[in-house]
Amino acid sequence: MAAGSPTLPRAIRGAPMRLTQPGNQARRRALQRLAASSALVTLAGCGRADDPRGPVNFWAMGREAEVVAELLPAFHARHPDVRVHVQQLPWTAAHEKLLTAYAGGSLPDLCQLGNTWLPELTALDALEPLDARVADSAVALDDYFAGILDTNVMPTAGGHRLFGLPWYVDTRVLFFRSDLLRAAGHAQPPRSWPEWLAAMRAIRLRGGSRTYGVLLPLNEPDPLFALALQQGALLRDDNTRGAFSQPPFRRALAFYAGIFREGLAPAMSNTQIANVWDEFARGLFAFYVSGPWNIGEFRRRLPRELQADWATAPLPGPSGPDVSTAGGSSLVIFKSSPRKLAAWRLVEFLSEPATMQRFHALTGNLPPRRSAWRAPALAADAPSRAFAEQLERVRAAPKIPEWERIFQEMQLAAERVVQRKQTIEAATTELDATVDALLEKRRWLLARAQATARR
Amino acid sequence: MRPGGVVGWALAAPALVVIGVFFILPVIAGLALSLTDFDLYALADLSTLRFVGLDNYLRLLHTPLFWQALGNTLYFVAVGVPLSIALSLGAALLLDARVARWQGLFRTALFAPVVTTVVAVAVIWRYLLHTRYGLINQALGDLGIAPIDWLGDPHWSMPAIILFATWKNFGYNMVILLAGLQAVPRELYESARVDGAGTFRRFADVTLPMLTPTLVMVAIMTLAGYFQLFAEPYVMTQGGPLRSTVSVLYFMYEEGFRWWNLGYASAVAFLLFVIIFALSAALLRFDRDPAAGR
Repeated sequence: MAAGSPTLPRAIRGAPMRLTQPGNQARRRALQRLAASSALVTLAGCGRADDPRGPVNFWAMGREAEVVAELLPAFHARHPDVRVHVQQLPWTAAHEKLLTAYAGGSLPDLCQLGNTWLPELTALDALEPLDARVADSAVALDDYFAGILDTNVMPTAGGHRLFGLPWYVDTRVLFFRSDLLRAAGHAQPPRSWPEWLAAMRAIRLRGGSRTYGVLLPLNEPDPLFALALQQGALLRDDNTRGAFSQPPFRRALAFYAGIFREGLAPAMSNTQIANVWDEFARGLFAFYVSGPWNIGEFRRRLPRELQADWATAPLPGPSGPDVSTAGGSSLVIFKSSPRKLAAWRLVEFLSEPATMQRFHALTGNLPPRRSAWRAPALAADAPSRAFAEQLERVRAAPKIPEWERIFQEMQLAAERVVQRKQTIEAATTELDATVDALLEKRRWLLARAQATARR
Repeated sequence: MRPGGVVGWALAAPALVVIGVFFILPVIAGLALSLTDFDLYALADLSTLRFVGLDNYLRLLHTPLFWQALGNTLYFVAVGVPLSIALSLGAALLLDARVARWQGLFRTALFAPVVTTVVAVAVIWRYLLHTRYGLINQALGDLGIAPIDWLGDPHWSMPAIILFATWKNFGYNMVILLAGLQAVPRELYESARVDGAGTFRRFADVTLPMLTPTLVMVAIMTLAGYFQLFAEPYVMTQGGPLRSTVSVLYFMYEEGFRWWNLGYASAVAFLLFVIIFALSAALLRFDRDPAAGR
């Protein structure tokens, strides 16, 4: 906030007025020197940025950026002529930074990109299609989990194109307390919604008022989104209008909100739960819908005596195992890059199953290629197996730049239903109105494109 | 033109050019932007930019989240500004008191939060406000008050932000008010005492009237600053829970830099400017009409 800050410099700003004449001249000379030298630096910088033989600029996020340096020596051994410069972006600032870099023409050569951001950068026409390069290389596309690969395929004017290669994957499965489930009379993890409800009711009945069946943090859209994906499309008319008030989404929301209404889940956001792992260990809830990073976290943070009592299972569907979300990060090359071939060499290297296995060992990130899963560290790892099964059944989110925002709006509507501020009917109708307003420009663009095509 | 005029303009020209290029031009560009639907698609291809007239403003008035953000901001301003000024005035009066010792030390200590970094201090405040392990809840617990979920409960998130912002900013106004207090002629107090005025009468009839111009200036600056609430919710709550700490500026930031609707975000900025301008103008009347202050 600016309460003090915009006023504070005013006192300081007055100072230069007291400068005497000679001082001013000296200052002007210094400024001129500064301007000249900064112009030189800019020129030199430009030269370096456009140089095809310069280092490949690679933007990576969070933990991945720290770890990728350890993979690079093997790459340099094979490609001694390619230098790589890794820059670390924090996840929270990465999106703004990318858009600003696009607007300012200072994008890197290569970037790690959350796959939900691909539609946005494709709409900006910032990404280089990779189809031809993949065809000429050893990268086998059919080795990738199909649903994950699909998140990187975007419709363009010239047909569908591949704009990124998956680097690691993310989906949502069930984490659960096998001991609590067994004690409640369920030997197997639930495979369908009715089985899941029955298991949660049994656990609640046995545990009393301080136990819940499942934790679904109210500020996390992913669980509801996964359930909704199992029911059908969330947008209609070529992704230009919301389909949230249609029966498929209403069924998913009814199931989701019903879990809260029955008292099987606490109506809490995850800022209200100090420590998910502590509460899981204490048995506040027996199921938790979460992603791959929690395999490592559960091992690290749950007490030793509980390590045998937790497991993972694919996400239950309306009537048997069904789809979940297709998340993760991809590697993309920017159209503006003067070093596309060098950047592609690095993408190729990072996409090799052996590199992916090392990457998994360093980060716990799950590889997107089936052949990489043959490593004992993955194939023999019980909690990872549920992910391997689920990854064969993942579905991409709608591929439009507005999706991320619609995703948030969807959860806000769900939160209103859970907090009993609105009925399912009212909330979904309002959500559709909001989404239709967000997609107005899309409809206009589509109509314009059709009009030009007709002419 | 008077002969001095040319020289005057020539001397002022560098400053005017800088103001023109770095202030007036961007403001005009921003105003123009607010009349268009500049968004991600326009960033990619300028031919998709549409002139929408006042549509952004009209749409804004029909956006529930904008009204919620305005409500949150008004809540913050209505509670935060008086609280902050009262705290500043209280601290200034204590420092100005004859019996106060180590005045320099206290003045520095109370001013220190102003010059600290919001982000760093926010980390500490998040610990203080933690539901289970926070010092504040422990102190309340000793008084027999059940723990409050400061940053998770939509009813308590804004009070927590107000508390944090007030603590962070009161020192600045305190220093200005202290200077104002020290400028009040001591003879006035002496003659008031001779006339038999007690401590309270002296404060109400001597200190306050003499301090009115300073107070009005402090009020305007605090008001304008507090309306631009942003960094506190950005680092503490990200606008949550249930959007209870989304301020107008935070709303503008999300629209502009998260969703890249720059046209719409510019409209928010201008509306906020109009609100701050109107309120500041209203406050200034207190200063112009000396009778209004008494």
